[in-house]
Amino acid sequence: MGSMGVPTEYYQLVAALLFTIGLIGVLVRRSALIIFMSIELMLNAVNLSFVAFSRQHGQMDGQIFVFFVMAVAAAEVAVGLAILVAIFRNRETASVDEVHLLKG
Amino acid sequence: MGLTLLWLVPLLPLVGAILNGVLAGTLPRKMVSAIGVGSVGLSLAIAVACFGDLLALPPESRRVTQGLFTWIQSGDFHAEVRYALDPLGAVMMLVVTGVGFLIHVYSTGYMGHEKAYGRYFSYLNLFTFSMLTLVLADNFLLMFLGWEAVGLCSYLLIGFWYQRPAAAEAGKKAFVVNRIGDWGFLLGIFLIFVTFGSVDFATVFTQAPQRLAVGSAVATAIALLLFLGATGKSAQLPLYVWLPDAMEGPTPVSALIHAATMVTAGVYMVARCHIFYLLSPPALQVVAIVGILTALFAATIGLVQNDIKRVLAYSTISQLGYMFVGCGVGAFASGIFHLMTHAFFKALLFLGAGSVIHALSGEQDLWKMGGLKAHLPRTHATFLIATLAIAGVFPFAGFFSKDEILYQAWLRGGPLLWMAGVIGAFMTAFYMFRLYFLTFHGRSRVSEEAKHHLHESPNSMTGPLMILAVLSVIGGFVQVPILAGGQRLDQFLEPVFADAVDLAPAAHAASAAGAEVGLMVISLVVALMGIFVAYKFYVADPELPRRLAEQMRGAYRLVFNKYWVDEIYESFVVQPIYQGSVRLWERFDAAVIDGAVNGVGRQIERGAELLRLAQTGYVQVYALILTLGAVVLIGYLALR
Repeated sequence: MGSMGVPTEYYQLVAALLFTIGLIGVLVRRSALIIFMSIELMLNAVNLSFVAFSRQHGQMDGQIFVFFVMAVAAAEVAVGLAILVAIFRNRETASVDEVHLLKG
Repeated sequence: MGLTLLWLVPLLPLVGAILNGVLAGTLPRKMVSAIGVGSVGLSLAIAVACFGDLLALPPESRRVTQGLFTWIQSGDFHAEVRYALDPLGAVMMLVVTGVGFLIHVYSTGYMGHEKAYGRYFSYLNLFTFSMLTLVLADNFLLMFLGWEAVGLCSYLLIGFWYQRPAAAEAGKKAFVVNRIGDWGFLLGIFLIFVTFGSVDFATVFTQAPQRLAVGSAVATAIALLLFLGATGKSAQLPLYVWLPDAMEGPTPVSALIHAATMVTAGVYMVARCHIFYLLSPPALQVVAIVGILTALFAATIGLVQNDIKRVLAYSTISQLGYMFVGCGVGAFASGIFHLMTHAFFKALLFLGAGSVIHALSGEQDLWKMGGLKAHLPRTHATFLIATLAIAGVFPFAGFFSKDEILYQAWLRGGPLLWMAGVIGAFMTAFYMFRLYFLTFHGRSRVSEEAKHHLHESPNSMTGPLMILAVLSVIGGFVQVPILAGGQRLDQFLEPVFADAVDLAPAAHAASAAGAEVGLMVISLVVALMGIFVAYKFYVADPELPRRLAEQMRGAYRLVFNKYWVDEIYESFVVQPIYQGSVRLWERFDAAVIDGAVNGVGRQIERGAELLRLAQTGYVQVYALILTLGAVVLIGYLALR
């Protein structure tokens, strides 16, 4: 299979790049909405990596895993957005900096 | 039939105690009385039946045991809950249930107005159960259980009116002083177990003469440790101090526990363990010396006390001393004989005193009585009988028992011991008749207010008085001296003390009927002299005592203040322990133990103060830490 198409290393490189962008987004952005999107980016980077390995090994396990990740991510977004709406209604903000009541 | 029911004798009062204790405050008074008195009454009936059955057996097989269940089984150690009835136990059982029953009946009258009526009867029944367990136990451990339980009941009943600080203090004092004795008793039991590998009476007592030589150190140690227990329970020197204070309890309690039964437990125990004392002549001598010293010491204090119950308390201590003198010269049966007659007349004296106190609405000071003869005819008559009995006037019970002890003291202890006993007898006659004259004769010193309520006690109280009076008169005839075949109690107890015959101390003087009669006449004359002097002092010339007291000011003050023994104990024993405890508390408990506990707590708190800085509440900081952690982990795994 190596003769046709892109080698696995390229996929991994793109996946790592996407993951890092997502991670930085989670760490530096203040808006909860953007953080959510960044988390989605990280999840998809992992998905990409899964699929690439699956293709390399010719096995379906990785692809099945991706379906799981997507389903869980969808559920997570649903719950997360609901929490976000609730926070916004109460605090008039979606900035994670201003939501820090649970400090020691 | 009776003997198979032996276990019910102690058990019925226990059932009564539980019923009255659990249902206290919900039962009507009549039910409480029925349960309290009825359980002891039934117990008495069974005890009498058992006694009859025991008499029907041939003398050498008069020892019946009844095992209930195994109590402790651990390695070599084995203890059963098993009751045994032998002649010695039978005498004690009859005294406890008989006198106990009468005092229960009396209590229904005396405590009739008491609020905590159910609690009172519950304690009293519990005491009866404990005392019966003590005297019927078949091994040292069960005996110790009874021994401790009577101590507990004594504490509970002395402090029955716990709202009064004096009563609460007295209960505490009795408990603590008794613990010192119990410590000795317990060590004695340990030593017995180590020596014989068993705590069973039958095993220990049959093996003792084979295993231990006469005068061996182990026998002496066991005997002295057990005797320490006896001095605590039976209020002998140096542990007698709790008994006078125990008079804070209700008067029927003083009669039952602190005169007739519990305080005689020490005498019973020494008689039960007589084999150890016979194996150790020094220990036997200690018993006799402590006994006679206590008899004299307490009698001198009794001469000048002004509280009617305290005079009787010192008299009890003194009479217990006589019982130990009997045991100490090896005449254990004589000690038990005096124990029995003393139970009758001393219970009667206390109940009579209770009747007087009841009539005077709680007055106990002898100098606020006087001339009560006309107002309390029944109490007066029965009290007079008891006083004659304790003074040792023929033919009342005390005459026979006390004279037997004095005769045995003469025979086996020597003239000096006898002489001391006779002096004690003189003082006994004097202080008892002082009490009697001050209470019932002479000018009335009763306060005007008390005079209004002056009344003879109800039948529930005078009935027991009269029965005890009859016993005080005829009780001595179970053991008539000199007459051939008259010593029925001796014959009855003979199987118990049969092993003692060859070990008994040699007689100093030959036993002779002539000498016995002579000694008897002397002690009777001495008793009558004591009575005459008391009459002179307190009826014929009431000013005489005061003049005499002023002439012998020092001696009077010494005796009146009870030789300052309480004060000496206070400053040389109680205070050092107290101060030491305070110091331990301040320096060790507060500084070291509390310091360690608080220090650990403070360090954890300080650590937590630092750690909480990590909890910023910013989600992104947590995410960063998470990331760094992951990086470190992955880095470690990758570069390994």
